[in-house]
Amino acid sequence: MQLFDVVFYVFALITILSGCVVVFSKNIIYAAFSLLFTFFGVAALYVLLHADFLAVTQILIYVGGILVLLLFGVMLTNNVISVEMKTGTIQAIPALIIVAIVAGTLAGLSYSTWKGVAVPAPGGPQTTTGTLGQMLMTSYVIPFEIASVVLLVALIGAAMTARRHRNS
Amino acid sequence: MITDFGRVLIFLIVGVVFVAGGLIVAWLLRPNRPYPSKLATYECGEVPVGDTRVRFNVRFYVVALIFLIFDVEVVFLFPWAVVYKNLGWFAFIEMLVFLGMLAVGYAYVWRKGDLDWDKPAPKVPRYEKGIGVQETRMTEEEIAV
Repeated sequence: MQLFDVVFYVFALITILSGCVVVFSKNIIYAAFSLLFTFFGVAALYVLLHADFLAVTQILIYVGGILVLLLFGVMLTNNVISVEMKTGTIQAIPALIIVAIVAGTLAGLSYSTWKGVAVPAPGGPQTTTGTLGQMLMTSYVIPFEIASVVLLVALIGAAMTARRHRNS
Repeated sequence: MITDFGRVLIFLIVGVVFVAGGLIVAWLLRPNRPYPSKLATYECGEVPVGDTRVRFNVRFYVVALIFLIFDVEVVFLFPWAVVYKNLGWFAFIEMLVFLGMLAVGYAYVWRKGDLDWDKPAPKVPRYEKGIGVQETRMTEEEIAV
């Protein structure tokens, strides 16, 4: 077993275990803090997939932004300890179908070989940020500008929703 | 040959070992003689009062929500900054349009007062003739004075 595999399994274990804590913990503060390790483990898995920009984005946005937001949400709630978050079984058959589709797709993906996708050689310095920037500024200029419109809509929507909450 | 993220991993391991090592060594060395006032929550030397949990002001949440949008914006700046030198004016104008869009949103939340911190009005005891001391909320004009 190589060092790469060891690192992968360690981070995969961290991700899965902390994810289990998020799901099963009764104290939502523990769940929220455990989510930190889940996000971090996912970022490490991105690094192992040679997606360095995605990994840094994961840290910057999920750990630095969304998790903080989530913790504020937790701090705003009344009940923190022993919150029963399980709900009764509803819509069993549609849920079963969707789970079957997702599981089948994932299993199919993991057994299929990717055609036309260049597999990066393991090791060696590769940075995707420059390529991404080149693509965003040339081939994908319109999606890039549309992203700013989407962000604008999200900003105004978030501000409006929060404002209504405050006034009531 | 160690990659860039290999160095990050080394930093990570050193960080974890440093913190965990310090805690474990302290746990091994320190005497363990607890008594109630030692185990009590430290509150600047005072006797602890009330619950630990305080509900945060909802304003924190709103500001964090707005921050998140600009966080995403900053992420887009990085790939642009890397290739900026090669592309020149075109990239500059592209980013100006992108930032301009979000500046509109920024102006919107600023104008609508979503960035303002609404402070609760201070309560001051006030004497009124015949009534005695009672707590009243100060009006806006009184605060301004």
